[in-house]
Amino acid sequence: MIEIINLTKRYGSFTALENLNLTIDKGTVFGFVGPNGAGKSTTFSILATLLAPTKGTAYVNGFDVTKNPKQVRKHIGYVPDFFGVYDQFKVHEYLDFYGASYSIPTSERKTIIPQLLELVNLTEKTDAYVDLLSRGMKQRLCLARALIHDPEVLILDEPASGLDPRARVEMRGILRELKNMDKTIIISSHILPELSEICDELGVIENGKLIANGNVNQIEHQLQAQKILMVTVKENIEQAIAFFEDDSNVLEIDQDQQNQQLLKLSYQGSDDQQVELLKKAIGVGIPILTLGQKQTNLEDIFMEITKGDE
Amino acid sequence: MDRLQALFINPVLNKEIKLRFRSFKNFLGIFLFLAVCGAVCLAFIYIETQFTHDGFTSSDSKNLFMLLSMGQLGLIVFITPGLTAGTISGEREKQTLNIMLTTQQSSTSIILSKLFSSVLFLILMLIASLPLYSIVFLYGGVSPQMVFVTFGYQLLTMLTIGSLGVMFSTISRKTMVSTITTYGMMLFLVVGTVILFFITVRLIIGFQQGSTGVSQSSNIFPYLILILNPAVAMFASFDSNMFMYEFQQLGIDWPLWKGFTLGYIAITMFSLLIAINRLRPRMRAKTKIKKKG
Ligand SMILES: Nc1ncnc2c1ncn2[C@@H]1O[C@H](COP(=O)(O)OP(=O)(O)OP(=O)(O)O)[C@@H](O)[C@H]1O
Ligand SMILES: [Mg+2]
Repeated sequence: MIEIINLTKRYGSFTALENLNLTIDKGTVFGFVGPNGAGKSTTFSILATLLAPTKGTAYVNGFDVTKNPKQVRKHIGYVPDFFGVYDQFKVHEYLDFYGASYSIPTSERKTIIPQLLELVNLTEKTDAYVDLLSRGMKQRLCLARALIHDPEVLILDEPASGLDPRARVEMRGILRELKNMDKTIIISSHILPELSEICDELGVIENGKLIANGNVNQIEHQLQAQKILMVTVKENIEQAIAFFEDDSNVLEIDQDQQNQQLLKLSYQGSDDQQVELLKKAIGVGIPILTLGQKQTNLEDIFMEITKGDE
Repeated sequence: MDRLQALFINPVLNKEIKLRFRSFKNFLGIFLFLAVCGAVCLAFIYIETQFTHDGFTSSDSKNLFMLLSMGQLGLIVFITPGLTAGTISGEREKQTLNIMLTTQQSSTSIILSKLFSSVLFLILMLIASLPLYSIVFLYGGVSPQMVFVTFGYQLLTMLTIGSLGVMFSTISRKTMVSTITTYGMMLFLVVGTVILFFITVRLIIGFQQGSTGVSQSSNIFPYLILILNPAVAMFASFDSNMFMYEFQQLGIDWPLWKGFTLGYIAITMFSLLIAINRLRPRMRAKTKIKKKG
């Protein structure tokens, strides 16, 4: 389990991470989403004891990353966003080297390595040189490497980047298997739908701040402060605009460029208020032709909240 | 003992040896090195026997030994920076360092095995050349003890320059920077110290002749500079009268080799300590939150 407390990271005057607070329970798959430069890798590096926080700290399985990094390392498996391999190693030698780095006895390594290769579907590549593997294979090998000491917590920084759709599906399968092994997994991505499928919980981070977190539905709720109502009127568009402008729950009215009779209303009222508003609109004689609510999915919300307010 | 063993016989060292010695190039290197050393010996003996009337004497033998030793020292001094200055920064550039740092390996063990594995090849070269010294023994003039002392000088020089290389490799982001700095440092030790020594000696002796009441403490400075030079220290062990005059003038009777040995051990320790401390980030965040979970 992971507990992040007031975590802050500054580079000079630039704040990459600001007062991050987060608790991730054991066995949870937690997805970290955010645009480029949001601070995902920074958070992960601190959790992996590769970066010292400016303020605050984090606990992994009860061990403080700033005070007890050695213990933390024992409990985490880390897959960085970018990594290299020792090009003269064969796949099994590569894993053997890291196994030895965790002081796993040779005999144990001999049994674990084939199991790990099986898990990430690389069994037939045992004797291949690591630098000759494809990118997706390297990524899976790196995941196997992170599992060699059977850590309880996995920190995966964009493990699916650079993978083709098929490899993504495979990666998802592997992660599901790991979840069944009761590992706590924290994983980052820019692509929200990809995460929402495998994650129990999500955190949205932007400009170093956590702006939402919870399970997928909660997030949707938390972020969906406003909905978009689409109203088409037959005529008298000015009258309609004037009417909707008067309602305090309508935040913004957007007249469509192509279809001049279509209005997009950013609406923040409750469903009941919405019913009242529409009743009233018909009551004052606005010729409403069609009415709809734009279906928002997580991706839209993500785009909405992270658009150009840097 | 177990800890010590874990420090030296560890996966990083094994990996480095495996990767470095896998290539045929390295064995070709040793072969060429021995061929050159052998050729130098033969040429020296040939010239001495053909062009002088006294043949190959024991003093010629000593000169040959000094030539070989200096040649090897030169080799060490020029190759070690190249071998060590990329050890850590190279892994950082290849993006393999982060992963290594998240393993259970201690910083001490990573730094030490990086140092040893990179100079191991040079050590192997030196050991392989030891039989060549039998030529020297054959003609006398050099005691086995002298050979071992010389070997010790070479080893210490290698370790010290190697440690400096590893240190610069740890602190600088780029191998390029670290390599240049290490070579610069090496040039200072081999050439700069001699120049600086003569400048300071002239200044101090000139100053002493001009006025009388000079504080004794300022006199040790040229000595402190000179002990940093491996070639001078090694040469002084062949010829104990070296710089005697200057040292007498300065009032120092401590042998050069003692200063050199202590100085180089100190530099090695200092560099390694810095490298070990700087390999991983210093976690100094202060929080007032009590430990939970
Ligand atoms: N060493 C550094 N010095 C200065 N700024 C840095 C440094 N490392 C990261 N940053 C800055 O910190 C911010 C957060 O970076 P981080 O890598 O955590 O983002 P990210 O969320 O992982 O982005 P991406 O999705 O592109 O991987 C960025 O603005 C980045 O420029
Ligand atoms: Mg990142």
